[in-house]
Amino acid sequence: MTGDLLVHLSGVRKAFGTALVLEDIALDVRAGEAVALLGANGAGKTTLLKLVATVWRPSRGTLVVAGHDCRRDAEGARRHVGLIGHGSHLYEDLTARENLKFWTTLHGHPADGLRLGEALAAVELDGVGDERVRTFSAGMKRRLSLARFAVVPPRVLLLDEPSAGLDQRGRKWLEAFLQAFKTGGGAILMATHSFGRELGVADRIAILADGRIALDTGRAALSADDVLRLYALHADGDA
Amino acid sequence: MSLFARRAFIVFWKDLAIERRSKETLNALAFFSLLLLFVFQFSLGADRERLIAALPGLLWLGFVLSGLLALGRSFVIERENECWEGLLLAPGDKSAVFVGKLGGNLLLMFTVEALLLALFAVFFNVDLAPALGPLVLVIVLGTIGFAALGTLFAAMTAQVRARELLFPVLLLPVQVPVLLATVRATEAALAGEPLTAVTNWITLLVAADIVYVVVGVLTFDVILEA
Repeated sequence: MTGDLLVHLSGVRKAFGTALVLEDIALDVRAGEAVALLGANGAGKTTLLKLVATVWRPSRGTLVVAGHDCRRDAEGARRHVGLIGHGSHLYEDLTARENLKFWTTLHGHPADGLRLGEALAAVELDGVGDERVRTFSAGMKRRLSLARFAVVPPRVLLLDEPSAGLDQRGRKWLEAFLQAFKTGGGAILMATHSFGRELGVADRIAILADGRIALDTGRAALSADDVLRLYALHADGDA
Repeated sequence: MSLFARRAFIVFWKDLAIERRSKETLNALAFFSLLLLFVFQFSLGADRERLIAALPGLLWLGFVLSGLLALGRSFVIERENECWEGLLLAPGDKSAVFVGKLGGNLLLMFTVEALLLALFAVFFNVDLAPALGPLVLVIVLGTIGFAALGTLFAAMTAQVRARELLFPVLLLPVQVPVLLATVRATEAALAGEPLTAVTNWITLLVAADIVYVVVGVLTFDVILEA
């Protein structure tokens, strides 16, 4: 056990019409902890992240983020959550600095130049702060998305395929960023297909299969081969 | 500046900055306005009496058609990179986003309307100068109501597949009272009558503006969450 309980799901079910996506999900994430969500395509990883981010509401069950019940007080939860999903939430015709200024102000925080400059430096984009995002590579966009949370760090960071589009250097940088976020007391919940670097940040892995958590276990004692074997057993159904 | 005003302004500023750089909507609207005027010119010919009788309707037809194009696009930029989701997840009063968007749409529409008005005067050889004061007032009142409801409906249809079709089909029937009032008031203004002669229509316009803006502010949160 590490810090405060920041994400708590119990008996969570999510259905879209007649399509059941998640059923009886129970998961806790504490401050200073990172949980990797593994699972095949369509297992419900993205849906689970979007529920915690309050994009959608659970059909049933309890979902509490930083003490706020997401069904009754989504606004309260949103103050503590940062989501980086498949979309970067960036405007292509604004510069990197302008994007940061926009999102920081919209979140109700002062967007002074010094603060924005520090955030850009933290993601190693200070040299291209005044260039339009349209000219950025996928990796640079991913780092700029993370820079939003360097200006005002949330307590819970939700990441969907965080290393997608990143080269080896980018992946190494991401690992260091997530490690620093975790050390700073933040909680991380990330969906991934990768068994690479970001799994190194994870303290636990949770395997989703057919909308249910098939396995939730500590990662420290597991080797990369163990993770692969467990994934094959639970997510792919291979004996 | 209050937090609400700061959030509304940053949305307004963002839309303006993007439009200033891309000029996608403004260029398309300017070209569209020019095409409309050519069509009107050909259909009306040189008959001066017919032109004077049809002018208020034509003017608003131009405003409404270009407005439909402008408003329909106002949430398209939020679909790129799932920025819509970002707006939803930003904590705080979502109606600030509506007010900011409305401000941006109004500025765009006023710019296009000014251009259309000038082009009308040139194309049809009409001296609008004596009627300019009352005309501007009517145009401002008509545009606020149109843009307020248009912004709201654009948000409602932004995530729908057939949004280009659905947007005007939903918006235009609700706009009928505003359009009637604006055409009648424009008729009076162009005829040189004082606006006091059409007080009923002006009152209807003011009331519609207030109702549409208030409805937008109160319901935008629900629309964004839906």
